[in-house]
Amino acid sequence: MEPADFIVEMNNISKSFNGVQALKDVSINLKKNEVVGIVGHNGAGKSTLIKILSGAIRKDSGTILINKSPVDLAGPKVARNLGIETIYQDLALAGNLDVTANFFLGNEKSRYFFLRNSLMREEAKRVLQELKIRIESYTVPVEFLSGGQRQAIAIGRAIYNKANVLVMDEPTAALGIEETRRVGELINQLKKQDVGIFLISHDIHDVFDFCDRIAILKNGEIVEICRSTEVTKDDVISMIIKGAR
Amino acid sequence: MLSNRKNLLYYVGLFSPLIFLILLILVFSLLHPRFLHPLNIFNVMRQISIGGLIALGMTFVIIVRGIDLSVGSLLALCGLVGAVVAKGGLVERFSVGANADLVNPWYWALIGSVGIGLLAGALNGLCITKLKVPAFVVTLGGLSAYRGAALIVSDGGPISGFDDAYRWIGQGKIGEVPVPVIIFLVFIILCHIVLRYTVYGRHIYSVGGNPEAARLAGINTDLIITSTYIITGFFVGLSAFILSARLNSAEAVAGMGYELTVIAAVVVGGTSLFGGTGNILGTIIGAILFGVLQNGLVLLNVSSYIQQIIIGIILILAVAFDRFSKSTRQV
Ligand SMILES: Nc1ncnc2c1ncn2[C@@H]1O[C@H](COP(=O)(O)OP(=O)(O)OP(=O)(O)O)[C@@H](O)[C@H]1O
Ligand SMILES: [Mg+2]
Repeated sequence: MEPADFIVEMNNISKSFNGVQALKDVSINLKKNEVVGIVGHNGAGKSTLIKILSGAIRKDSGTILINKSPVDLAGPKVARNLGIETIYQDLALAGNLDVTANFFLGNEKSRYFFLRNSLMREEAKRVLQELKIRIESYTVPVEFLSGGQRQAIAIGRAIYNKANVLVMDEPTAALGIEETRRVGELINQLKKQDVGIFLISHDIHDVFDFCDRIAILKNGEIVEICRSTEVTKDDVISMIIKGAR
Repeated sequence: MLSNRKNLLYYVGLFSPLIFLILLILVFSLLHPRFLHPLNIFNVMRQISIGGLIALGMTFVIIVRGIDLSVGSLLALCGLVGAVVAKGGLVERFSVGANADLVNPWYWALIGSVGIGLLAGALNGLCITKLKVPAFVVTLGGLSAYRGAALIVSDGGPISGFDDAYRWIGQGKIGEVPVPVIIFLVFIILCHIVLRYTVYGRHIYSVGGNPEAARLAGINTDLIITSTYIITGFFVGLSAFILSARLNSAEAVAGMGYELTVIAAVVVGGTSLFGGTGNILGTIIGAILFGVLQNGLVLLNVSSYIQQIIIGIILILAVAFDRFSKSTRQV
């Protein structure tokens, strides 16, 4: 591959929380039209890695380049303005607010400070219907919705903003069969539209189905980053568990 | 989907303060013939306006999971500072007289009073968000510190005797309606619109509902939280000015225990201490409820000690109800 077209380059990233080293010298990159899977055991550091990319937490050391320029991802807004959208593992929804409010959280459509609620509701509806998610009421607080419905809101919100880099932390964990398939179609479709995607998943089949490359993390360190055509599922599983093929 | 039982509970929660208020008004009007007299009604309304303005700010604070215990003490400090400004300085502050000449006009006093309120609110907010000290502790400290500052400014005595224009803000009427009530109404509408229809209002609710989600969505949560204390400081300053205008005097003991009634009004009005829910209309109902209760009990010659007991009990019941309805919701 020619190294010219990376849209994300994370080099030698380390992070520790009160003495617990969550990431040790991790380097990973991403091109457009590419899906890179990140797999690993619980607590391997997957979410920590992508939260650094989305500006949710700050790294201790290492460098990050977006489209070849070094960036300081000081906060979620900085990352978002750089075209990085994230679907968080815990979804990051405000349970007291309705579907529309969550969909446009921090990104509200307004005119002179005033919310344009009906416009936002139409947009949210349109995107969620494309995702084939049935939501009976757009005005009920989302804490009353099902896990899958809430996950769909988080997905819809991330794709609505037309990101260059989409980060998905276990996006289908709560989804049904049909909805998961729809998200799969979506990943393939976004890939064709020049988006680069980081996909974290515990479902090894999904990872092989969607990802061009797979990064295996163990105890905060990269075991290997391999093309998914060049390894078997057993290899990957063995690397997740034992740290070697 | 919401089950019917949850729905029912939701609506009971929504309307119970209103139902309680209507019952209270019925009972008092039966027990006391003068209760529904227009003079008394306007009197109650004027009384409600002063604490009610602070309750508007407190609604913002509590929606973002905060609390402000310093409002009563700050009320005294703001009123005194306003009065000192009007009198032209600390040396001249005790020049008294039925219609003493003020060195500075009323609006300078208002600016002084509100200015101190804004400053104190900003200080509260910054200590909470930057020093990461819980709001309860910061404002409990404020409760003590602002009262101390008020005592220093007053040097023990009241500062009284303002001119007609100054007193008009507290005592005057437009038509039959007392000026404080009109001011209160204006800010009710303003706060309701801000909270319900603006981007800022939406951010307030999101920070109260899930601060981490709000942060991840790019909302400056520290700024939002601090702003709610500044808003409360503004209303404390305004309300302090109105109170001193009404009493024609500012004193260091003003606003003792206000924090309790104000918080009680907000919570009884349906704003959850757990954050994320609540609205201005509920707060108004809560404020009217306590105003009517106090007025009715005074008319019926019930001792003020017993009034305090009743307020305390209602506050605890309201929070218990909130907790109960929350726990049944999270099935
Ligand atoms: N905010 C935090 N404070 C302290 N420790 C943290 C924090 N976030 C993560 N950790 C620790 O860092 C390590 C990596 O956590 P991380 O959430 O990145 O794992 P993960 O690979 O996403 O796991 P899972 O598959 O369970 O989601 C864990 O040991 C975790 O306890
Ligand atoms: Mg994780």
